[in-house]
Amino acid sequence: MTEPAFMSSAAEDFTALALKSLQYRRHLLEIIKHAGAGHTGGGLSCIDILNVLYNRILNVTPGNFSDPHRDRYVQSKGHCVEALYVVLADRGFFPASELQTLCQYRSHFVGHPTRKVPGVEQNTGALGHGLSICVGLALAARMDQSPSRIMTLLGDGELAEGSNWEAAMAAAHYGLGNLTAIVDCNTLQITGRTRDVCSNEPLDAKFGAFGWDVQSVDGHDLTALADVLSRPAQPNKPRLVIAHTIKGRGVSFMEDVGKWHHGVPNDAEYAQALAEIDGAMAQIAAVA
Amino acid sequence: MSAPAAPMFTPAARQIAERLGLRPGRANLEVFADTLLELARADRQVLAVTSDSRGSGKLAPFGQALPQQIVEVGIAEQNLVGIAAGLAAAGKNVFAVSPACFLTARSLEQIKNDVAYSDNAVTLVGISAGVSYGALGSTHHSLHDLAALRAINNLDIVVPADNAETRWAVRFAAAAQHPVYLRFGKAPQYDLHRDELSARRGESIVLRRGSDIALVATGEAVTHAVLAAEELAVRDGVSSTVISVPFIRPLDTTAIVAAAGCGALITIEEHMVHGGLGEACAAVLLEAAVRVRFRRIGIPDEYTVTGSQADIFRHYGISMEGISATARALLGGATSRSSVA
Repeated sequence: MTEPAFMSSAAEDFTALALKSLQYRRHLLEIIKHAGAGHTGGGLSCIDILNVLYNRILNVTPGNFSDPHRDRYVQSKGHCVEALYVVLADRGFFPASELQTLCQYRSHFVGHPTRKVPGVEQNTGALGHGLSICVGLALAARMDQSPSRIMTLLGDGELAEGSNWEAAMAAAHYGLGNLTAIVDCNTLQITGRTRDVCSNEPLDAKFGAFGWDVQSVDGHDLTALADVLSRPAQPNKPRLVIAHTIKGRGVSFMEDVGKWHHGVPNDAEYAQALAEIDGAMAQIAAVA
Repeated sequence: MSAPAAPMFTPAARQIAERLGLRPGRANLEVFADTLLELARADRQVLAVTSDSRGSGKLAPFGQALPQQIVEVGIAEQNLVGIAAGLAAAGKNVFAVSPACFLTARSLEQIKNDVAYSDNAVTLVGISAGVSYGALGSTHHSLHDLAALRAINNLDIVVPADNAETRWAVRFAAAAQHPVYLRFGKAPQYDLHRDELSARRGESIVLRRGSDIALVATGEAVTHAVLAAEELAVRDGVSSTVISVPFIRPLDTTAIVAAAGCGALITIEEHMVHGGLGEACAAVLLEAAVRVRFRRIGIPDEYTVTGSQADIFRHYGISMEGISATARALLGGATSRSSVA
């Protein structure tokens, strides 16, 4: 696998990456506030993962998006689309200003991922679809002897959809070492704690028993995420990365609170959220 | 000890077929499998994806000849369609093959989102469609699929009648750059076409031109319409137009409106009368402000009687005798063209 041109091994870049995560959080809140709709909590739980994927791992740029050998990312937990849009805008797939139209009449920025938006691989939003699509993409890449790596992001609540387990079986059956599924394991879904709604624990043992290489990581630790996602694949084993995250991460009153699943902050909450993020950015700038 | 299955065609219908010079052909399913193998030999991007349906899809020879071009996913139809979408997104020419009853019900969301909405050019192949599974019962019947799929945007729906239409449809689907649903059964068919087809997307095929009544049919019901037209001519002096409509979508609205010029029109389909060819034609005719005596032949709003495909066809009038009887009733009991004013 050749490293993408933008890849830098410099350690100081992780400071820049941490700053990016905060900028993404800010932008995500801005567009959700402007649209008056969005999946705030899950967006904040998966934004660090997307940051690392698009800035450190995936060989996907606006310039190579029609290259059949590009890496592919399919966001199975499509409801956290704002996080994806924000990162794609930053990577230059479209001007960030276009996100002001999110969910507006005739906008192509639909409230779930759509290929109308440059950089989006597949239309998702109904849960339990991304992993099967990725099994197909990974099979095709192997048939074509392509270096393309296939990655998807699942929610822990999403894993109640049985189609995921059909795909998990098939991925192991075909020994798809070029496939990585990341679980944004924020332990909350719209009704409450995933373990209370319909427990799927222990996830690691379940996927392990299905024949996957299972890794766990702090889903907000950028260095650890980059490390686990850039490790060479085990031969003929699909990889599951359980990213332990906090729903609403980065905004104190949203963290681990279920109502922010698709809560939109009021003006005072919005001001406080931005102040917290700006404060965190100032801290990083002061240290750097 | 089970009773022998009733033949699809009565002795009277077979006589009419002989009179028309119709030759017995093969099952459309077998023709599909042969055509797909031929296409896949010529292009290694052509893949068959199956859900433990290799045998029922007659794809065992395909699997033996081209093991690298068949993907087996096990009994998992949702995964079948999702994987097919992913393969197509990576540039493969994918035929996802599964019994129509499972493919279009259990995987409906994958068809809608992963294939049609995401515009991945998968060919969904619904085998043993309609009531092909006969006495296996309603779990195995697909009498909803045309209705369900007509309501999903960006999906051609193709239901070939005989072997020539099937060969053409498989090639059409392989060349299409968009999603296609192919639907056919597994019983041997009469050959309705002497030559290979050279149709265009969305075209229907006029098999017989007449002036008293139009019989507009799709899939394996077409043969029965052809036989009925001849029987009506011989016995009643009724002159029938017969149209095979392989494309449920896009629908050949021009041909349907033109056929209604007969003044009477019957649709015949191996599908529930709701949401299929009949209702599609009714909408076309109503919007075109065409006044026409009109009947739909299909499965009414019930789970079918128990029986073979032939039994069920005959029970609901999807047969030469049934279609002729419906035509006579629609024409007001007229027994000759001159009295059908």
